[in-house]
Amino acid sequence: MPATRNIGDVLLDVDGISISFGGVKALSDVSFDVREHEILAIIGPNGAGKSSMLNCINGFYHPQEGTITFKGKPRHQMQTHEAALQGIARTFQNIALFKGMSTLDNIMTGRNLKMKKNLFWQMLYFGPALKEELEHRAVVEEIIDFLEIEAIRKTPVGKLPYGLQKRVELGRALAAEPDLLLLDEPMAGMNIEEKQDMCRFILDVNDEFGTTIVLIEHDMSVVMDISDRVVVLDYGKKLAYGTPDEVRANQDVIDAYLGVAHE
Amino acid sequence: MEFLNAVFVAPFLDIADSPVFFAEVVIGGLMSGVMYSLVALGFVLIFKASGVFNYAQGAMVLFAALTLVGAMEKGAPLWLALLIALGVMVALAFAVERFMLRKLINQEGIILFMATIGLNFVLEGAGQIAFGSDVKRLDVGLPDNSFEVGGILFNTFDLSAAFIGAAMVTTLALFFQFTPMGRALRAVADDHQAALSVGIPLKTIWVVVWSVAGAVALVAGIMWGAKAGVQFSLVLIALKALPVLILGGFTSVPGAIVGGLIIGVGEKVAEVYWGPTFGGAIEGWFAYMLALAFLLFRPQGLFGEKIIERV
Repeated sequence: MPATRNIGDVLLDVDGISISFGGVKALSDVSFDVREHEILAIIGPNGAGKSSMLNCINGFYHPQEGTITFKGKPRHQMQTHEAALQGIARTFQNIALFKGMSTLDNIMTGRNLKMKKNLFWQMLYFGPALKEELEHRAVVEEIIDFLEIEAIRKTPVGKLPYGLQKRVELGRALAAEPDLLLLDEPMAGMNIEEKQDMCRFILDVNDEFGTTIVLIEHDMSVVMDISDRVVVLDYGKKLAYGTPDEVRANQDVIDAYLGVAHE
Repeated sequence: MEFLNAVFVAPFLDIADSPVFFAEVVIGGLMSGVMYSLVALGFVLIFKASGVFNYAQGAMVLFAALTLVGAMEKGAPLWLALLIALGVMVALAFAVERFMLRKLINQEGIILFMATIGLNFVLEGAGQIAFGSDVKRLDVGLPDNSFEVGGILFNTFDLSAAFIGAAMVTTLALFFQFTPMGRALRAVADDHQAALSVGIPLKTIWVVVWSVAGAVALVAGIMWGAKAGVQFSLVLIALKALPVLILGGFTSVPGAIVGGLIIGVGEKVAEVYWGPTFGGAIEGWFAYMLALAFLLFRPQGLFGEKIIERV
């Protein structure tokens, strides 16, 4: 399956990232890179620093040491919303949707940055702004079709079951047409069918749009099936990094996951 | 028995007796209701966009009106004074974002609320230092005379206020519901973090919203100031906006209007027909009793977003 896609150049380079909160070192000296069109999984036990890593890439956290290079440009201190401008979209572990708004409106917010008409026209909602809104609406309808959520288009997302909310959140991230998609536990709390659906969506996104994906997941069978490469974190340190087969065979990883007898 | 009669029978007989007088009372109520709505609107705007109950809205109304009067006293013509006051409110929006909200991203609503109490004191104090605490007359040249239609008395000033209020609400409601900017505002209100992740710039949104709320405060300040004089007690009308908000729902622009109208009509009708039974002056507390009843049975208000909770 990965053979059909051309894994390209390095899209994101994470080099020697460290971040600590008070006395807790969440990440220490973690380095890896993500190549264009690949699916990279970050795995590790609870509290290993996986979400912190995503938050650094996403600009929510500013690492105290190390550099993040995205599309060949080293990143400076930036505002959080700028990550989205550069083409990074994400979903959250605990789902961060706009609960009072409909599925459609939620996904439309993902198009926010693509809207070019100025505020004046937007306020009037007339002329060029209306035309633009309709174009974006068409894109959003495609995403809705793609994710098979036509039926819940107008439902306030707060009312939806968990699995569907995760799907809407993915839709919102896709609406931004990101170059890099960060998924924080996209399958947590799902049953097997929902997981299979989600896997299919992730693979399709990667395949059809060529989107590079970094995901955090606990379900090992899923991780090993869909990712091209895997980074293993434990206590904020990088334990292993490589293809699923290499990682599976790594003694440190086996120890971390199964526990090791202390002599 | 006499009490029950006075509460449940006599008022309705009175109403049936002279419908024209009743209509006059209702219209009077609607007119003062529009004035309440104008104040409530400012609250709703900021609540929608940042989930904050802006305690300083009343002070903003006073401050805007004071700036306008102050500029006119210095000899500025009305249009220039309006521009200056609007400019000051926009500058205030920038300052609020820069020095208050920016430090408090992702904080609990209650913390932001505390910050607005601080803002309230700053504005009240600054207003007094800059413009003194005398009651000032504000004349914006709206006609203030009465005419009769079908035996019912109308006042042109009240009618203009109603018209201005209606126009403002329609614009704002459309803006929030249908434009990308409005959608971004609603998104920010719902979840700061998620809004940031889709690239909505919080700071810009906040400046826009506080500017719009400032403009609404200016309009409310003009209407109230022209009616009752620009004075310190304008801050207190903000209190009347609370029951309006509870009735209409904190997140609904149309709700602020309907809530204002219900409160306006309700308290006038209650005062005229039920007042004597309760020893008069129930206008003062009727609104709060109504709000209390709403809190018990429909806490999200008439038009508020449904409180959704999945367990």
